[in-house]
Amino acid sequence: MGPMRTIVRLRDTVEETPTTVTLRFPFEPDALPGQFVMLWIPGDDELPMSLSYTDGPSKGVTVKAMGGTSRGILALRRGATVGVRGPYGHAFDLSPRRILIVAGGSGAAVLAPAAELAARRGGQIAVALGATTRAELLFADRFRAMGAEVVVATDDGSAGERGFVTGPAARLLGERRFDAVWTCGPEVMMVKVAESARGRGVPTVCSVERHMKCALGMCDACALGPYHVCTDGPVFDAEKLFAETEFGRFHRDASGRRLPG
Amino acid sequence: MAELTVRLAGLTLRNPFLLASGIWGESGVSLAGAWKAGAGAVVTKSIGSSPRPGYANPTIETYDRWGMLNAMGLPNPGIAEYPKEVATALEAGATVLGSVFGATPDEFASLAERMAATGVAALELNLSCPHAEGYGTEVGGTPEAVGAIVRAVTRAVKVPVVAKITPNSADPAALAVAAERAGARAISAINTVRGLAIDVRLRRPVLSHGVGGLSGPAIKPVGLAVVWQIAQKVSVPVIGIGGVATAEDALEYLMAGATAVQVGTAVAFEGVGLFHRLPRELSELLDEVGLPSAEASVGAARAAAPVPQPPSPPR
Repeated sequence: MGPMRTIVRLRDTVEETPTTVTLRFPFEPDALPGQFVMLWIPGDDELPMSLSYTDGPSKGVTVKAMGGTSRGILALRRGATVGVRGPYGHAFDLSPRRILIVAGGSGAAVLAPAAELAARRGGQIAVALGATTRAELLFADRFRAMGAEVVVATDDGSAGERGFVTGPAARLLGERRFDAVWTCGPEVMMVKVAESARGRGVPTVCSVERHMKCALGMCDACALGPYHVCTDGPVFDAEKLFAETEFGRFHRDASGRRLPG
Repeated sequence: MAELTVRLAGLTLRNPFLLASGIWGESGVSLAGAWKAGAGAVVTKSIGSSPRPGYANPTIETYDRWGMLNAMGLPNPGIAEYPKEVATALEAGATVLGSVFGATPDEFASLAERMAATGVAALELNLSCPHAEGYGTEVGGTPEAVGAIVRAVTRAVKVPVVAKITPNSADPAALAVAAERAGARAISAINTVRGLAIDVRLRRPVLSHGVGGLSGPAIKPVGLAVVWQIAQKVSVPVIGIGGVATAEDALEYLMAGATAVQVGTAVAFEGVGLFHRLPRELSELLDEVGLPSAEASVGAARAAAPVPQPPSPPR
């Protein structure tokens, strides 16, 4: 049975970009990079959120405003009360030495703590960081602070090179040897990144997002092929996703209906 | 090793452990997974006429050991989309019971026809969801209503029809009797027990819908009592549901009069691997207690049932 709910007061909120906020809150249970919590905004919704800060008793999530609820999250202030249950799911395997991080948009939220821990254990980290525009680049400084090399791409060319982050990612893969690629972002981006890495013989690990309700492996809302993202993921080997699931081709809405993309 | 095959509503099941409706049943691949893990049959999520997202989260409250409270709100992709999910489960060889929910006898009958056309082995009618306005318990709360729905469905389809009745009624056995008279070939009991959780720090109900349904070990005695009561009033088989997590739980249900059981909440404890473990353990347990088969255990505790005594006169 999953751990039960804890009610916490937000210790801090940090505006990371115009559309992205980090919420820090006291939460004692041990957590590893890649795991997620169900965050309850009372009166609004409860959403699965990968932890962007996993160390110590002060955890954090970093949220991009997309739907109505995540816009409500942007309005939360220090002292606001939220519910947390978890942590759930599988974490990143931190054993690879040379790691290429490919982050699109808010995907950096789950990759930053993983990279931090890997770097602290002696890993060499290179980061391909993508966003729509300069102001939306997430955690560029945080990646640099851990000693990672950071290559940037923006859709409008306002920072780094113009275009999708898949370009610099493929180039980095061509220039040097990596032991693993870790990626999170739009699914089509992750598919392309994993294909580039496969061409170089490098295994890719993806952090996957799906509609979630129970987070206990029971309700089937997050079914992905034979897996449940909540208990079997959210971190998956890309090859497993390609071979056994509809990853990159369709997802399911709240009703369980298949939708393309 | 004791024999585990059970016959029920014209079906022959390889063991008496069914995947309960609402668990792992939205996608055909998941249903196939539960079947491959060893379930005797799988019951689909309850499917309605159109796609339904269900309630906003939180839809679930978990308790440490004794179960969980949920108000999912009958999320489902709708009957037009669902045949492809059933097809995936059938391709894996699964025995599938298609669960449907409607607001009226006509809607039930129309859904039943469409679900039967997918090739399911039987239908289970959701007359018992405790938290969906206009559905479930609200349309299956009286013997008259249950009778009308079951009759409309049994007239519309040839496949066996199982009625899943609610424990949230003064007389669940009367609902079962009405279903049997209207042509149900088996009774599933129980659905979740209506319940509520409040967060005192937030001074509000936890679930977005407020009231939900309690499941898991906490409700096993409730389910057993209802099955016990139903089994003496109907002659069709009963499928016992509520808090089954071990072979011993299952045997309690069988001895109370059930022919099979459904497992739901326990899947959250240990995953569908439990469908591999439970049949083997039941077989061993039957050997231990000296019963040759699962079918031989059905109602085995009834012979020892205490004869009701008239109340003693006041002194």
